[in-house]
Amino acid sequence: MGERFVSRGFFGRRRQPEQAGRIPPGQYLVDDWPVLSAGPTPRIRLDQWRFTIEGLVRQPVSWSWDEFLKLPSKTYLVDISCVTKWTKLDMKWQGVSVDTLFQAVSLDPRAAFVTAYSYGDYTTNLPIPDLLNDQAFIAYQQDEKPLTPEHGGPARLVVPHLYFWKSAKWIQGFRLEERERLGFWENLGYHRRGDPWKEERYSGD
Amino acid sequence: MDEQDGDLNRALMLDGNAAGGILYDVFTADMTGAPTECASCGRSGEVGSLLAFVQAPGLVLRCPACESTMVRIVRAGDVTYLDARGAVYLRIAR
Repeated sequence: MGERFVSRGFFGRRRQPEQAGRIPPGQYLVDDWPVLSAGPTPRIRLDQWRFTIEGLVRQPVSWSWDEFLKLPSKTYLVDISCVTKWTKLDMKWQGVSVDTLFQAVSLDPRAAFVTAYSYGDYTTNLPIPDLLNDQAFIAYQQDEKPLTPEHGGPARLVVPHLYFWKSAKWIQGFRLEERERLGFWENLGYHRRGDPWKEERYSGD
Repeated sequence: MDEQDGDLNRALMLDGNAAGGILYDVFTADMTGAPTECASCGRSGEVGSLLAFVQAPGLVLRCPACESTMVRIVRAGDVTYLDARGAVYLRIAR
């Protein structure tokens, strides 16, 4: 990232990245990556790890770690905003699009919401449309390195357009639901959707 | 990844005394010495002996024996949410 500071003169004034338009209201920019946690890091052996899609699907589907790594993956470069007010730009991830995962299941037409559940006791709720069209992915690499346990490794959900509490660490599965079941923070006053551009922090915002 | 060493989440964990200020705001009493019991495993102890996670969107207190969530507090704007389903009781001194 050094080139940001050395491009005076010969090349003329280098344009700063368009940062202002990328930082949602009430947020400040960070260069580090703060760790937030509501519990100890779950200890998951890779040979026992599974990701499962269940609930309102014709047939539940489950992948082992080796099977999951064989799924088509993509590189994502996205901005992340946490409800505790930090925003980090241009985070590079490798992972599997939720679109790819949903192709493996046949959704019941009544399914409207997802409860994303993690190893440990964490859950978060998402409307299905927020997970489609490459808006969400299950990441297992960040900055070309395996996702570290404190940041949710071996794999976490990433939903960049919503506050980061929606991007459940240590993801274990999706349960398809007809009705929205509020998750770990949503059932204690946090907003059910959490759009940073609308500052949807708390229920009623 | 079953190593406990280098678990930053565990390194960020404090004991329940670190939550004393937030708990005082909610209960208007010093809660760090208050007896409580885990609804999951039955461990009894003082609130100050619980595991406290404060680097989060809210406060989470967990049982040091089974790590179940006992108490959660979120200050959401001008209101406070309290969930103590994981505690059989909290004994509050008058």
